[in-house]
Amino acid sequence: MKMKTLLLGAAAAFALAPAAHAERGADGELKILYYQAVSTLNAYLSSGTKDVEAGSLVLEPLASFDQDGKLVPRLAVDIPTVENGGVAADLTSITWKLKDGIKWSDGSDLTADDVIFTWQYCTDPNGGCAQGAKYEGVKSVEAIDPMTIKVSFEAPKPYPYQPFTGATAPILQKAQFANCLGAAASTCTEQNSKPIGTGPFVVTDFKVNDVITLEANPNYRDPAKPAFAKVTVKGGGDALAAASAVMETGEFDYAWNTQINPEQQAQMEAGGKGKFVNAFGTLVERIEINMTDPSSSLAEGERSTPKHAHPIFSDPKVRQALSMAIDRNVLVEVGYGNAGRPTCNLVPAPAYQASDNTGCLTQDIEGAKKLLDEAGWTDSDGDGIRDKDGKKFSILYQTSVNAVRQDFQALIKGWWNEIGIEVELKSIDPGVYFGGDAASPDTFQKFYADVEMYANNFDGTDAEPYMAQYLCNKIPGPENQWQGENINRFCDPAYETLLKSLSTTTGDEARGTIVKQLNDMLTKDSNVILPLVDRGRFSAQSNSLDGFIMNSWDSELWNVADWHRVK
Amino acid sequence: MLTFTLRRLLLAIPTLLLISAVIFFMVDFAPGSPMSDIPLTVPPEVRAKMMAAMGADKPVHIRYILWMKQFFWNEPLYGIDALLGTDFAQGAQRIISWQSKVPVFQLIGERLPQTLTVMGTAYLIGILIALPIGIYSAYRQYSWFDLAGTFFSTMGFSVPTFFTGNLLILIFAVKMGWFPTIYDTNLRVTDWDSFYRMAMQMALPVTVLALFNAAEISRYTRASVLENLNQDYVRTARAKGMTEKTVLLKHVLRNSLIPVVTIIALGLPTVFGGAIVTEQIFKINGIGAALIGAIHVSDLPVIQTITFIFAVLIVLFNLIADILYGILDPRIRYD
Repeated sequence: MKMKTLLLGAAAAFALAPAAHAERGADGELKILYYQAVSTLNAYLSSGTKDVEAGSLVLEPLASFDQDGKLVPRLAVDIPTVENGGVAADLTSITWKLKDGIKWSDGSDLTADDVIFTWQYCTDPNGGCAQGAKYEGVKSVEAIDPMTIKVSFEAPKPYPYQPFTGATAPILQKAQFANCLGAAASTCTEQNSKPIGTGPFVVTDFKVNDVITLEANPNYRDPAKPAFAKVTVKGGGDALAAASAVMETGEFDYAWNTQINPEQQAQMEAGGKGKFVNAFGTLVERIEINMTDPSSSLAEGERSTPKHAHPIFSDPKVRQALSMAIDRNVLVEVGYGNAGRPTCNLVPAPAYQASDNTGCLTQDIEGAKKLLDEAGWTDSDGDGIRDKDGKKFSILYQTSVNAVRQDFQALIKGWWNEIGIEVELKSIDPGVYFGGDAASPDTFQKFYADVEMYANNFDGTDAEPYMAQYLCNKIPGPENQWQGENINRFCDPAYETLLKSLSTTTGDEARGTIVKQLNDMLTKDSNVILPLVDRGRFSAQSNSLDGFIMNSWDSELWNVADWHRVK
Repeated sequence: MLTFTLRRLLLAIPTLLLISAVIFFMVDFAPGSPMSDIPLTVPPEVRAKMMAAMGADKPVHIRYILWMKQFFWNEPLYGIDALLGTDFAQGAQRIISWQSKVPVFQLIGERLPQTLTVMGTAYLIGILIALPIGIYSAYRQYSWFDLAGTFFSTMGFSVPTFFTGNLLILIFAVKMGWFPTIYDTNLRVTDWDSFYRMAMQMALPVTVLALFNAAEISRYTRASVLENLNQDYVRTARAKGMTEKTVLLKHVLRNSLIPVVTIIALGLPTVFGGAIVTEQIFKINGIGAALIGAIHVSDLPVIQTITFIFAVLIVLFNLIADILYGILDPRIRYD
């Protein structure tokens, strides 16, 4: 309490001395809590959200995504489009112009060379760049003049905004990272923990997985910003303790990702020192249905591969019945509260891409039973479990170890039992489930179960690479060390044709229409994927903090330069 | 004594080698992958490249040999360089964390001060509480003081620290607002004010750990004093007309402390190792928290290195305890 008073006193003293408004560093210290502590500030070496977001205090991309998922220029003068001539008519290149007079925090000028270097840094084959996908399909990056950069693609790119946009693809300073290319990347400890940036803050101290201290960047382009003179980003603990530190004890101004259950949310809000903020992006908790046979009686290497179709789920009526039996509203109430909302879509946002598909939101147990009857699954021996041709409707439902997921498993098992399906539950350590180890039988890619649950999303706002995961050639199997992304083993020529047309279509509206169709093919038309909950970002913010705009498309700290104390 | 010490030191080498192999391979074969923490938005080809850049795709025995070389040769060279300002290491490869890309020993160096301050203080206070309680409980066996002491030490020993820790946070930090709930690593003690803040943030974790340590040590002290009180030399001392104070504090205490000192020495590695649970609860970013964090994301170099250092410390303090025993009790000599 005393420390808090002192800090407030110091902040007040600072604030009173000058004219009190719009002065760099006038608001004293900003205290941020990332309960998953920050490991590195170089987004290219870690794709952990915590690292990417903390890095965004210092490093900036050419353009950011705002709270609506729209690109806004940051280091660039404007967003290049075909109309303004920034994007070539044949869609094979995009030309960015840098703003004049932008300086790195060490006082040197930002030039096109830095942007080119950033591309070289991330595409070096020995560097292990975590954001390699951002630069996929880029043929070359060249400087037209010191302030203009031309990015050329190997093939026409209807969505050319992947490289150098969003917190996952910031610009690095060439002078600082010149010796950190390729295999040397991970040995550049000093550079990775204290990168020189163009952003509002400069790192003064970095303690790995613990605490970062930053101060206002003296060379930041807006002389009136940032309002805070100092920032502390602290790590450690868990989501509940992080929420408490903002909402109950008031020790921190902002806590990231305070995903706690609805009951605890209400308890924390009673603390009165802060509020929860949320925003919805594309993260969807879903049940994936295995279209292939995971039976252990099959030979290893044939299990869960397209060689054997699933004996029960090959009938679309059965899949639809599974979806109808689920009450998605209850799932949200139990697991997420204000941090989630029920959804029937794989792509729930942004609006121009989101299908108006709401049919799954009302539970229909009777309808589900009827569908199963029609499909020939009846309870012929009266044991409460449906059967067909002597085979019982019995399935294995797996997910990772996680309190909310186990609640979901129990609820859904209940509903499925009600319509006469026997369900066996399995929960796997997340380190194994998401670990991708080809030797383990328990990875989500191997899918040695009938249905499984997890959450996934896509980076940025363009859904094309995400929809492209459901191509036949991306099915995980022994020949690709079980590394594919087509988890359901979905394979539909009509889908592939439609996806091809997406890669030649431009314009948000037209692309959005195709994405909606693709989304519907995977969800309401075929029920191969059963979306459950659209999971938002959910963080805690102190009542004394103002200027914060929650963003689910970029770093949550994207507009930290505008944050200030409530006057 | 010298030959005994030397023999034990030499014997420690194969022991440690064996331990290092067991730790390395056990940790390595444990399920989990450093890629599990990476968002699913990262495509498989990129993941494969990341694994290759970390060296995680090499066979386990190659990595073990490389790690041994880095641990026993490269890292000591860097240590010497840091101390003397020389350049023996000449950029040799260090043990680097997969998660943070920072040398593991730098990470340990950043974590050690917090662990030493909190754990060290707690251990010291624990001993200071335990000795008087243990001695007086034994001297007044079955008195109300002894019963109360037994009650509290049983409580302290059997109630887990994750319970007492959370309870104290809830009462004194959340409800009363007296103490901070999150440890500030950047706080440097430079004046009375910062000293006060340091004392406040250490108060709760030190209380929890000190009680736990005191409970254990006071039981040993009590048992040892009780055993000595019935010895012939005590009767002799009393018969010679010595005051109870001299009998208890000079004759009995000295002899009873022999096993207690050993117990204290054996407990010292935990001061360096950190209390994994307590550090986590009070958000103290010490060694224990680093280890648990590394386990969560399968950061193998960090897990293997820290665990092995624990093993070295335990072997070392066992040796110290043995030697202390010989020095304190002339009846016990090993050669």
